[in-house]
Amino acid sequence: MTMTTELLISLTILTPVLAVPGILLFGNKQNLREAVSLIAAAALTWLSVNLFQQLQAGTVLAAQWWELLPGLTIAFHVEPLGMMFALIASSLWFVTVVYAIGYMRGHNEQNQTRFYACFAVAIAAVMGVALAENLFTLFVFYEVLSLCTYPLVTHAGTDKAKHGGRVYLGILLSTSIAFFLPAMIITWMQSGTLSFTAGGVFEEGTSVVLLSVLLVLFAFGVGKAALMPFHRWLPSAMVAPTPVSALLHAVAVVKAGVFTVLKVVVFIFGIDAVQSLPVTQWLIYLACASILLASLVAMRQDNIKARLAYSTISQLGYITLGAFLASANGVLGSALHIAMHAAGKITLFFCAGAIYVAAHKTLVSELDGLGRKMPYTFAAFTIAALSIIGLPPTGGTWSKWTLMLGAVDSDQLFVLAVLALSSLLNIVYLLELPARAFLRAAPASESDQHGGEAPWPSLLALCVTALSCIVLFFTAGPIMQFLQGISLT
Amino acid sequence: MLSHLPILQVILPLLAAPSCLILGRPALAWGFSFATSAAAMLISMLLLQQVWLEGPISYFLGGWEAPWGIEYCIDLLNAFLLLIVSSLSTVVLAGTRQSVAAEVEPNKQTLFYVSWLLCLAGLLGILATGDAFNVFVFLEVSSLSTYTLISLGRDRKALWASYQYLIVGTIGATFILIGIGLMYMMTGTLNMQDLAQRLPVVADTRTVFAAYAFVIVGVCLKLALFPLHLWLPNAYAYAPSAVTAFLAATATKVAVYLLIRFSFTVFGADFGAMDIPLHQLFIALGLIAVFSASLVAILQIDIKRAIAYSSVAQIGYMIIGLGLGSAAGLQATLLHLFNHALMKGALFMSLAAVALRMGSTRLDDLAGLSQRMPLTAMAFVLGGLSLIGVPLTVGFISKWYLVIATLEMGMWPVAVLILVGSLLAVMYIWRVVEVMYFRDPPASSQVSEAPVSVLLPLWLLVVANIYFGIDTALPVSVTADAAQALLGWGK
Repeated sequence: MTMTTELLISLTILTPVLAVPGILLFGNKQNLREAVSLIAAAALTWLSVNLFQQLQAGTVLAAQWWELLPGLTIAFHVEPLGMMFALIASSLWFVTVVYAIGYMRGHNEQNQTRFYACFAVAIAAVMGVALAENLFTLFVFYEVLSLCTYPLVTHAGTDKAKHGGRVYLGILLSTSIAFFLPAMIITWMQSGTLSFTAGGVFEEGTSVVLLSVLLVLFAFGVGKAALMPFHRWLPSAMVAPTPVSALLHAVAVVKAGVFTVLKVVVFIFGIDAVQSLPVTQWLIYLACASILLASLVAMRQDNIKARLAYSTISQLGYITLGAFLASANGVLGSALHIAMHAAGKITLFFCAGAIYVAAHKTLVSELDGLGRKMPYTFAAFTIAALSIIGLPPTGGTWSKWTLMLGAVDSDQLFVLAVLALSSLLNIVYLLELPARAFLRAAPASESDQHGGEAPWPSLLALCVTALSCIVLFFTAGPIMQFLQGISLT
Repeated sequence: MLSHLPILQVILPLLAAPSCLILGRPALAWGFSFATSAAAMLISMLLLQQVWLEGPISYFLGGWEAPWGIEYCIDLLNAFLLLIVSSLSTVVLAGTRQSVAAEVEPNKQTLFYVSWLLCLAGLLGILATGDAFNVFVFLEVSSLSTYTLISLGRDRKALWASYQYLIVGTIGATFILIGIGLMYMMTGTLNMQDLAQRLPVVADTRTVFAAYAFVIVGVCLKLALFPLHLWLPNAYAYAPSAVTAFLAATATKVAVYLLIRFSFTVFGADFGAMDIPLHQLFIALGLIAVFSASLVAILQIDIKRAIAYSSVAQIGYMIIGLGLGSAAGLQATLLHLFNHALMKGALFMSLAAVALRMGSTRLDDLAGLSQRMPLTAMAFVLGGLSLIGVPLTVGFISKWYLVIATLEMGMWPVAVLILVGSLLAVMYIWRVVEVMYFRDPPASSQVSEAPVSVLLPLWLLVVANIYFGIDTALPVSVTADAAQALLGWGK
């Protein structure tokens, strides 16, 4: 099959959007509507794999849509980092739709048509972010992503959902308009280009003060990376239905954030420049603080989704940290952690949703003895938790390993201590759930009549993602090899 | 025929107005007005094309050469604005028949369209003429018809709002007249280009300085620059919905044009800069306008009024661009003229549709609008996003140019304030969105979607908001050349 590369790239971004009319058309026929989503997700995965093969074959993959202002284009260019992100998002979209079918119906949610439509648009925006050729294109899709996930966060329409939505949109839009946009404009005025360039776009001898200010603006402006103190939106977003929390607020949206940070560090500043900036050290401290503080807060959360949300903030800190370490291993570890954390965290959220649908429980303290009723769910939870903690035989082992190597390369030895401490904290607050479920007896008041696992599509989805955590442990080698193709200089 | 386009542009609606009165029946009057406005739009397109290809056009009324006769002078700047005004008038008119039928008393509807045409003639006249006194004449034509249009609003407070505007507007017009009189006294001419040549000789006199001050303050009253804006929210809030859409998209733009024309062409960009820090003053007032008006907009319970306050804020952005005094700043202002016309047109048109069906634009009455009028609600959201300045809408293009212009001058605090100001827009737009989408409509309401004749022009504007946010070639190249021409004029 022959398809021009431009068409292939455009289709990759447009396929989810093309599904929207179908979803709206079949709004009243559930099965057809979900079939449209599934077909679109399958097609998108196929397209991404196709892109991946062409990239492996050495083809230059680029496309341009419009030139908004002279020199300012909406254009796309496929490189390993973005490719990996696109692959993760597209394949997990498929799994999430399968999961959502079980969850949304099992839970009798309202407005499901709007839900699936917005979801598809969000995925399209993620594809745009992943494949963007320049910072401007990335920014455009970043904003689209904020806006089209807003209806998903406020899905329930309750006062709590509205409040959550307000915080969500408020923080994401304010940071992007007040920090990200000016940083981008200054970059544009200073260097005359926003294209992602290996080694950075700034000329030798650009003022250190200016670069430092810009780096800080970018670090905070990309609110989706949830670097403290701009992390509040993430727990707020947890009012959304669980499939949204799973794919968007554990994978797509937050990863779009850290992905942006990584792109900016590698392709706008260049890792050498970042390493030489005095402000980088402070950003590393900040990322470390974010990792530890978020873990500490997570320990105090009784609500499962809130606990997972803070765990996400902490894990995002790893990726941001790796970016600011600005060494080859740091960047590699960050990129790898995007993939590993995605598989792990989506499984955890799937499990949280499954527990909610099957047993109507949302609090950690209510889980006692539930493991006997939902063995598969809690087994999957355990595997995913191990991956987040970074223990073999799960994928998370490798990303943490590489990040530690990066820290050593950059002579930031205290980072090793932070990472080790964080792993310990992870063990405490993540393994508490399966421990309660499997080891404690169910409270006497609970009769055994109701219970069992979640609807089968949901169960299937969470088993698949849990397995992928293990598979990633054994396939990390080729992935790392692929990611080493990121041109750093 | 083609060489007479400049005068045709103005004379057509001017003559159509009395003819409209003869027609009598409102439906006929509407059709006739729409046709006239469409013809004016066509003429302005031809004019812009001519100017774009062949350079500025000079047209002598009755064959009397300037500076003795009246000259109509069309360059890129006013050709561009002529197009904005005539096309917005056409689009808004297209969607207003039902809205006018619902909001204006039957026996006054013909009068309504007559005033509309007169107002259009006045606005186009101000733009087309190259004669300072002529400006005053057309200003009065448009103002008087505007007072009439506003007073036709359903609410009795419309009379009071119209009266308020009448007083303030008359003071403004008088100031302008005094200024023009003083200039005539010193130079013996009323032709703008002639004035531009003769004023520098007498620039140091107090009389000319007084003339300058009178003209600038007078124009600022008309364009509702903070703190001279108090007439605007009432006038916009109580006028018939169609009038609000028309005025918000055109009238203030024409006033900004006058400010640009007088300060750049007639007096020259550097005039007054020695004696008073006018540029700094403009930037400061613009910023205050952005913040104070946006904050007040957040507190309004009537959304039409909130969007009216937002207009004051947006005028602030335009004035900031002017205050920068650079080509980039001027271009940002000109771009925002165009873009703001599109977004305010879309927002007020959607409110007109709401008023038509709901009979009110109060926030509480908009509950659940997304279920009852999904297309109207979506149009409001998209218009609002454009106002906020989200990428891929025209609002983003304006903001981009304005921020770059301020950074070029090294005024980064101003750039930051501009961006923070747009966050305030998020707040007053989003409270409407929340009510429209997340509150259930009252069970008793039987409201249905607005008619196609309203939706079509409304969505035309919404699509324009997005189209010109992506394909920016036309507005950007026209404004860039216009800004260059304005700055080159004095030298």
